Amino acid sequence: MERIIFYCLAAVIIAFGIASVTSRKMLRSVIYLSFVLISIAGIFFLVDYNFLAAIQLTVYAGGIVVLIIFSVLLVHHIEMELEMAKASKKIVTAIACLIGLGVFLRAIYTYDFNVIDNSITTTTADIGTGLLSYEAGGFILPFEVISVLLLAAMIGAIVIAKGSKLTEKNNQP
Amino acid sequence: MISGISIYEILTVTSILFFIGVYGFITRTNLISILISVELMLNASVVNFVIINKYLFPEVLQGVYFSIFIIAVAAAETALAVSIIINLYRQISSVEVKDVETMKY
Repeated sequence: MERIIFYCLAAVIIAFGIASVTSRKMLRSVIYLSFVLISIAGIFFLVDYNFLAAIQLTVYAGGIVVLIIFSVLLVHHIEMELEMAKASKKIVTAIACLIGLGVFLRAIYTYDFNVIDNSITTTTADIGTGLLSYEAGGFILPFEVISVLLLAAMIGAIVIAKGSKLTEKNNQP
Repeated sequence: MISGISIYEILTVTSILFFIGVYGFITRTNLISILISVELMLNASVVNFVIINKYLFPEVLQGVYFSIFIIAVAAAETALAVSIIINLYRQISSVEVKDVETMKY
């Protein structure tokens, strides 16, 4: 059963991933991206990391996709079709990507992974304890740094998006 | 771990997803499409962290923490990129890469 679900999710990820980088309609490509992100959340559910799947659904499929849709609607007409790269450039890029993929897969399949059979369930409490732990292996410092980063990104985004208006007001005393 | 699925199959899927992102990053000529391709690549790396944590080191949670941090950084990056794109569109009325010659505001 899990096998079938995984293969369905993998097929959806690859098909909609390709669709999202080749579609000529901007909004459709964003929707295809959201299908890819939701299928990845499904993979997280399959490997039993429910908290991570919830993060993926809220932050990626909820937040980031909505942000990108906003920017598409602000800067595009919906019917507008995208300019595509030249066919020769596409073919060269596709061949380069296939070669790179071949190198990756060869490296993966020749490496002997030491897989441990397990069915450990991780609770959200475990993740929270590790994130806030002061002991060796705890992640309290990066956790605080990421909160400062998010604050800085938020202020920066506001300043950049409203840039000229803010500076004009400040410059007329 | 997913019963009946080996780590090789999952890593194959994420490698394909990563190179789909690389292909889109190079062939697209639109800033928002390039942002979408970057999201695909970041997501492939997130899945890799989680899968390797679950299959090879199930008793620790480091891969999960790194995934959370990657997702947070991706959210910050998207917010900044969208604000830069909107600001650029106000000034040059275009989001094509070839039209973007100035980053000064």
